[in-house]
Amino acid sequence: MKQGIFEIMENTALTESVFKMVLSGDVSSITAPGQFVNIQLDGLFLRRPISVCDLGENTLTIIYKAVGKGTEQMSRMQPGEKLDVLTGLGNGYDLTVAGKRPVLLGGGVGVPPMYLLAKQLLDQGKKVTVILGFNTESEIFYEKEFMALGADVIVTTVDGSRGIKGFVTDALKMLDYTYFYTCGPEPMLKAVYKASTTSGQMSFEKRMGCGFGACMGCSCKTLTGYKRICKEGPVMRKEEILWED
Amino acid sequence: MGRLSVELCGITLDNPVIPASGTFGYGYEYADLYDINCLGTFSFKGTTKEPRFGNPTPRIAECYAGMINAVGLQNPGVEKVVAEELPKLKKCFNKPVMANISGFGVEEYAYTCEKLDREEQVGWLEVNVSCPNVHGGGMSFGTDPKAAAEVTAAVKKVTTKPVIVKLSPNVTDIVSIAKACEDAGADGISLINTMLGMRIDLRTRKPVIANKMGGFSGSAIFPVAVRMVYQVANAVKIPVVGMGGVSSAEDVIEMMLAGATAVEVGAANLVNPYVCKQIIEDLPAVMDKYRINTLSEIIGGVK
Repeated sequence: MKQGIFEIMENTALTESVFKMVLSGDVSSITAPGQFVNIQLDGLFLRRPISVCDLGENTLTIIYKAVGKGTEQMSRMQPGEKLDVLTGLGNGYDLTVAGKRPVLLGGGVGVPPMYLLAKQLLDQGKKVTVILGFNTESEIFYEKEFMALGADVIVTTVDGSRGIKGFVTDALKMLDYTYFYTCGPEPMLKAVYKASTTSGQMSFEKRMGCGFGACMGCSCKTLTGYKRICKEGPVMRKEEILWED
Repeated sequence: MGRLSVELCGITLDNPVIPASGTFGYGYEYADLYDINCLGTFSFKGTTKEPRFGNPTPRIAECYAGMINAVGLQNPGVEKVVAEELPKLKKCFNKPVMANISGFGVEEYAYTCEKLDREEQVGWLEVNVSCPNVHGGGMSFGTDPKAAAEVTAAVKKVTTKPVIVKLSPNVTDIVSIAKACEDAGADGISLINTMLGMRIDLRTRKPVIANKMGGFSGSAIFPVAVRMVYQVANAVKIPVVGMGGVSSAEDVIEMMLAGATAVEVGAANLVNPYVCKQIIEDLPAVMDKYRINTLSEIIGGVK
């Protein structure tokens, strides 16, 4: 983990409520896709945890949905403004177990961390399929970016306005894959857990205090003991997940 | 003794800055970030007799200038703290540590304190009396002078280390509770623990925290803490450790003027993990600004 001051290079809307922000600063503590950063915002007490979408040598891309006070405030920020960011938080995905044909499933704002993951898996010569799930056509983002990486991209929408009508699991059923990686809302994770025929890793979200393991605000029970979503997570292996309800 | 040093219950601290229990784990998370030997000491995660998972999540809610937590004393239990956490701490911290202890019955407090009394690195026992007394109808020990005194006396019997009783601010008359603890043998008083608070989500109309209510902390509660530290410090002869919303060198000095011998920093660590190190580095310049020669001379110095 590192604390650093980052400058906003870009902050643009991808859909009505989803924004892409590119930050410039020291990204050396970010070691794996699926890790997150924790952003301090003027006038708000707690930092805002956001997953890493892409990395450059000195840049960091995050994609966030303006849903509350913090993210709405972020969406109004301009290039040139500075942010205090804690980087390199969480465990991230383990790429070594992907096999030859991993499938990546992202739902809504669970899509962004799949981007860096897809990029790195493709760099390793894997055949990567990405399933992007959205509610409706107007909410779709990053489809072309994933295609440009060289991944096979399948889009699902709940209302059928684009791609396959239904959920990411409806697309998953039709695929032959060696491993899965996923991030999205908990009902989706549960559905992927049930529908998947291989082992895999899933990224969880919980309301956090500090984001670096000190406060025990985001603890959860797993089959391998108590874990902190921010420290031993947010990525959990399928085999250790304990659904509490 | 340096400009910043103070004496707390017979042990000299290089400076009065102490990360508060529950915001600093057992130290080593922060030792990855900076050399924690720069601290006066720190108060480790509230430890109980048995291991505890704590409350269901969400456990955290944000507030104006603060936060509410209902972690529910998640900790591995005293046996594991002794066997695993303290050996790990020893590698990154070479000063006496403050052991924070909680319990749900008088015997439980005594049991945990007795175990930690045998640990060489433990300098002080900070006894959190804000927990509900499960044998006494669930009322917090800290809301009743008699119950608080009973815990204090039971703990004093099993240890030779200084006992600092950590008081809850959710009471009508904190002075009477502090005095009851002093009369029962407490070597110091620390205050304030978090204030009981609650937030409601407008969309779901449900409490934000699964436990409904939780402890409100952060800079918003600083004035309440200063007031209570002032009241207690004027009523007892034993040293007082002040805490509640402290986040700067100026706050440390204000707390000490109110009567605190040392100062704990809580929620601020969760927002800025380097805050305690920064406060210690800032103190000399802020002392110069207010013409303070040594920190020990300003304790209780409010006119």
